Amino acid sequence: MILATESEFSPDSDRIMSVSLGPQHPGAGHFRIRLWLDGDYLVRSEPDPGYVHRGEEKMGEYRNYTQNVPHLERPVILDSSNILLPYALAVDELMGNKVPDRAQYLRVIMAEANRIISHMYFLGIFGYFAGHTTMITWGMGDRDFWIDLAERIGGARVTFAYIIPGGVRNDMPGGLAEKGLKTCDWFDKRMDEYEKIFFRNPLVLGRTEGVGVLSREDAIALGATGTVLRASGVKHDLRRDEPYCCYDDFDFEIPSLNSGDSWARAYVALLEMRESVKIIRQAFKQMPAGPVRLKLGPQPRVPAGETYARTEAARGEMSYHLVSDGSPRPYRLKIGTPSFKNLAVLPHLLRNVHVADIPLIYWGLNYWPVEADR
Amino acid sequence: MAAAITRNFPNVKVDYARERRLKVTASPSEIRDVALFTRDQLGFDHISAVSGVDWIASNEFEVVYFVGSVSKPGYEDFVIAVAERVARDDPVVLTLIAVWPGAEYHERETHEMFGINFKGHPSNSHLILPEDWNDMPPLRKDYVSPGR
Amino acid sequence: MTVQKDGAVQVLVGKVNDVLQYAIGDPLRYLANWGRLYSLWPVHLETACCSVEVGAAAGSRFDIERFGTLEAFGSLRQCDLLIVMGTVTRKLAPRLKLIYDQMAEPKWVMAMGACAITGGLYFDSYNVLRGVDDIIPVDVYIPGCPPRAEAVIQGLVLLQEKIRRLPSLSGR
Repeated sequence: MILATESEFSPDSDRIMSVSLGPQHPGAGHFRIRLWLDGDYLVRSEPDPGYVHRGEEKMGEYRNYTQNVPHLERPVILDSSNILLPYALAVDELMGNKVPDRAQYLRVIMAEANRIISHMYFLGIFGYFAGHTTMITWGMGDRDFWIDLAERIGGARVTFAYIIPGGVRNDMPGGLAEKGLKTCDWFDKRMDEYEKIFFRNPLVLGRTEGVGVLSREDAIALGATGTVLRASGVKHDLRRDEPYCCYDDFDFEIPSLNSGDSWARAYVALLEMRESVKIIRQAFKQMPAGPVRLKLGPQPRVPAGETYARTEAARGEMSYHLVSDGSPRPYRLKIGTPSFKNLAVLPHLLRNVHVADIPLIYWGLNYWPVEADR
Repeated sequence: MAAAITRNFPNVKVDYARERRLKVTASPSEIRDVALFTRDQLGFDHISAVSGVDWIASNEFEVVYFVGSVSKPGYEDFVIAVAERVARDDPVVLTLIAVWPGAEYHERETHEMFGINFKGHPSNSHLILPEDWNDMPPLRKDYVSPGR
Repeated sequence: MTVQKDGAVQVLVGKVNDVLQYAIGDPLRYLANWGRLYSLWPVHLETACCSVEVGAAAGSRFDIERFGTLEAFGSLRQCDLLIVMGTVTRKLAPRLKLIYDQMAEPKWVMAMGACAITGGLYFDSYNVLRGVDDIIPVDVYIPGCPPRAEAVIQGLVLLQEKIRRLPSLSGR
């Protein structure tokens, strides 16, 4: 029963209550959404980001190109390689570096492993918000096996600082290819179990099907990207449309669904993980030999110019606008993160729904507040 | 594509950064027509980012709108950068929300980081800076971070 | 003679107090602290990126629940552990103080990550507090960027040792 719609909304009416889904809440992250409620019904919402704004762009101008690598990977610490990859592409493009092939394959492996790690966290918390605790305990446990694989290559558990301008930092240790292939085989079987236990579960279907529907035209006009866009019927993925880092050597598909509801956004993530496993398998098998890093020196000088590089991170399109004036420090480093691009969808979807649907719609957009605030 | 733009807007500067990247620099008065043309005739429907650059040496701000296309086949990897330059002392530009609705939060962030006023924007409150920020906009070149 | 009698009474009362302390007070304090340290309840406040490692610590591999810390879904008045996970920005700082004030005594604070200890990697940013112990008192510092999940568990065990040795019954 619809009690109040947005057209009748007046904040002073005594039926409307204003509540904060604030930074301290089990159902929110480092983020605050202001809600205007009419009983059990949400009339309007307004996001309030900025609790983790650390000034990355200003700090980027104070550090040189090599020093920028550790702090630029912190915003989306879950798939830290995917936020460094467009930075490395932008700097390589301005400097005219030819990155060796083996380095590009290693970049692909790290990027896809990070995509799986990030999607497992996303699906785990999605299950937690739906009340499905098996999804979160299985999800976090299985994610640790992929973190182990990435740790053997990169050196730390989540922040590797591995993809740098000029290649990657070090070669992978011997014997890693067999371990990687074994992990891929095991994970394929595991994903079938996830489908049976979570995505075909009638309770989860009841809570997420038809909830928060985003139409195709709205998704395009609002600038949505990533799983949100692909779940609304647009088959757009930068790995296939604008191939970078030898992605055109691999054979994979772009999953997309047409319903645009919360279930579709979560299911697209599972389908993307299957494709990532395929890519990792091919990358391990086809890896060429050779060097992995160009010698750039401690303070690389980048010629003056301006570039815009973008890649497909786990959550969507990650882009860097890099303006350089010939000095060892960037002149302007603009980071365009997928969560900030998807932020416009949030108040559009959180309207005229029940309160119980809020966590699934909000988290279903795969919104990571640290990345949106930079 | 560059020819199509220069044919319709003769005062606009177009240059190629590299393949599949085009930068269109227009003046603030014709930016809305150029934007409408880019969206309707050329099919670029999807805003990717809005970035501001502070050229303190020439006393100007530059606002760049990066637009891409997800629905026009064959052009999914093309990015057009629609740019405009305004004077640093009185930076007022028109908002392009009517053309690309997704630009609302991007413009708000550029406003609070640089102090550029977007005429016609529905809300001017701080998006990611604290609400009680009373210093100058932080991404300007003459703002020095207190830790430095 | 009254002075002598009062002195003797005072010594007697002191001795009775000591006996009561050993017989009842100490075991009671030990029991109360034992109950507190094995039932810590953290507040669900994710401050910045270290929250991912706490999430991993609460997962199935590095299970933090076997040490007695429950999942963080309670209300603030029931929680007694505040883990500051990462960078504290100027926008979050007043809210953090508000949350700390709203928790009931006894309460403990763990500063996790380099950013919560001294500002870390973001020491020269315009929006970052250089260390959370400027605004709230901290009991345990866990270094790292981010600390590994095992380090989070080690920090928790250190906090449990500290609680075990608290001298008074009220938990301060």
